[in-house]
Amino acid sequence: MPLEAVASVDETGTDKEFLYTLNFGPQHPATHTTLRLILTLDGETIVKAQPDIGFLHSGFEKLGEDLDFNQYVTIVDRMNYVSPVANEIAWHHTIEKLMGLDITPRCKYIRTILAELARIGDHLLCVGAVALDLGGLTAFLYAFNERERIYDILENASGQRFHPSYTRVGGLINDVNDLFVSQVRAFVKSFPKAHGDVCRLLNKNKIFIDRTQGVGTLTREEAINRSCTGPVARASGVARDLRKDEPYLAYPELQSSFKIVCSNGGDCLARYLVRMGEMLESVNIIAAAIENLPSGPVNIGTDSKVVIPDKSATYRSIEGLIQHFELFMWNRRFETPVNEVYGANETANGELGFYVVSDGSAKAWRARTRPPSFIHFALFPHLIEGHQISDVPAVLGSLNIIAAELDR
Amino acid sequence: MSIEHATAIDAKFGAGSALPMEFRDNKRLTVPVEKIYGVLAFLQLQRGFDMLCDLAGIDYLGYADATDRYGIVYSLTNTTTGERLFVKTFVNDPDPEVPSVVDLWEGANWMERELYDMFGVKFQGHPDLRRILLPDEFTSHPLRKDYPMRGYGERHNFPTVTRAES
Repeated sequence: MPLEAVASVDETGTDKEFLYTLNFGPQHPATHTTLRLILTLDGETIVKAQPDIGFLHSGFEKLGEDLDFNQYVTIVDRMNYVSPVANEIAWHHTIEKLMGLDITPRCKYIRTILAELARIGDHLLCVGAVALDLGGLTAFLYAFNERERIYDILENASGQRFHPSYTRVGGLINDVNDLFVSQVRAFVKSFPKAHGDVCRLLNKNKIFIDRTQGVGTLTREEAINRSCTGPVARASGVARDLRKDEPYLAYPELQSSFKIVCSNGGDCLARYLVRMGEMLESVNIIAAAIENLPSGPVNIGTDSKVVIPDKSATYRSIEGLIQHFELFMWNRRFETPVNEVYGANETANGELGFYVVSDGSAKAWRARTRPPSFIHFALFPHLIEGHQISDVPAVLGSLNIIAAELDR
Repeated sequence: MSIEHATAIDAKFGAGSALPMEFRDNKRLTVPVEKIYGVLAFLQLQRGFDMLCDLAGIDYLGYADATDRYGIVYSLTNTTTGERLFVKTFVNDPDPEVPSVVDLWEGANWMERELYDMFGVKFQGHPDLRRILLPDEFTSHPLRKDYPMRGYGERHNFPTVTRAES
C-alpha cells in the first residue's frame, strides 16, 4: 500500500538513497500554468511533494495601492483569468461596501448573470482540463464549445472577450442590449445538452472513475482547518456557500432557484461531480435572473458623485463634464471613509475576498486579496503524498489552480 | 455580537484585551500582540471559529493617526453559523514578531509565509518560515510602504546562475 510506504520512510535515516527526485514544472503541460513541484519518488509513489511557486508573481497587490478603484479592475481581471468577470464583481462589491453604495436592481441582476456565466465557464475549463489530462480529449472539446458562447456573451456586453473590465464603482461601463438577453436565453437553452454530453462521456467512464475515485481525499475537518472554500470544501461536506450564507447582489431574490451542491466523498471524483452539479444550478439562476431582469438605470445616479457619467452627459451638460473631470483628475477622484472592510464573493474557485484599507482617497491603502487558488494549492502536498505520480494531474486539475491568482 | 465576544475575551484574559469595533457588516476586535495567540485559541476552541479564512497584513507607515506600523488581521469564520470575526493586532519595528497559529489552523501555513515574504513580519513557531512568492535571494519586503512602487531594480540586477555553478 502506498500509504505504508510513506510511513516507512525515515526523515533522518539512511534508507533514502533509493528515492528519486523529479522536477515537475515550471513548464509542464499537465500543470497548465506556471508552477513547479519537487517530487520525491519511491518508484512511482510520491513520498514528498514540495510546491515552489511565485513564477508569475507580478505585484498585483502593490499595484492596487497605486491605481484607483476603477483602474485596478483591469488588474483584478488578470487574477483568475478563467473567470475574470467574477473577480471584477468581487472587487467592486468590496469597494461599494466600503463606500456604502447600493447599486441599482438592474445592475445587480446583470452582475449576477455574469458571475454565474463566469462560474460555468470556470467549471467547464476545470472539468475539461481534468478530463484532458486523464486522457479524454472529447469532453474538453464539448466544454470549450460552451465556453465560446460565454465569451460571445461577454464580447457583446463589454466589447472584450477575455478581460472585459466591465464593472465600475456604482455600476457597469455600459448597459446590456437586447442581443445580450437573447444570447443568454439561447445559452440557457443549449447548455443542458452540452452538460449532458460531458456527463455521458465521464460520469460512468471506467478509466475516468478509476483515476479520480479515492484519489486526493480531503476530510471535512481537514477542509475546514485548511481554510478551504468553494467546490473543494463542498466536495468534502462543508455546506457553505456565500450565495446562501451571505447573499449579495440579486441572490437574496433568487434563493428559491438554486441549491448548494455538496458531496461527502472528498476525492477528485467528488470535486468533479460537485462542479458538474453546480453548473446546472448556475443555469437555473441565470434562467430565473434573465426573465426577471429589471428595467431602469444600470448605474446609480450621477448625484452620488462616484459613477462615471454617460458620455452624452459628459459632452452635453456642464454637470456631466464636471463630474467626469472630478473622477479622472488624479488629485480628485473619490472620497472614501477612512476605514477598512472585507468583502467576499463566491467565485467558481471559492471565496474570493478583498480586504481593503482606505485612507480617504480614491486609492486603496492596502488591497489584500484572499486568493482561493493559493489556499487550495497549499493542500496539494497533503493530498498527493502516498499517491502515484500519474495522480498529479488529477489532483492538480481537481483543485483548479490558476497560477495568475496563485502568485498575483 | 462583537461586544459579546469581546466581553468573553475580557473575562478570560483581563479587561482591555479586546477592543470591539464595527464597520458595515464587519465585526472587528483589536487584541494586543501578547495575548493574540491565547485569544485566537480561545475563539477557535470555545467560540466555534473553526476556519481561518484569511490573513491580511497592512503597513500603516504614514497612515493618518496610526500609532503602530504593521497590522495583522485574522479573518475568522464559524462554518456552522456563518459568522465572521476579524481579529486585529499590531506589531512594530525593529523586530516585528507574532506567534504562529499553524498549530491551530493548518491553513495558516502559506498565509503566514506570504505575509512574512511581503512585510517581513516573523511568525514564532512557524514550521517552515521561508519566502514563498519571491525568490530566496530577494532582500526586501515589497508590500512595505517604504518600498518603492518600481522596486530597487532587483529584476534587472538578478544574479545569473551559470551551468557550471548550478
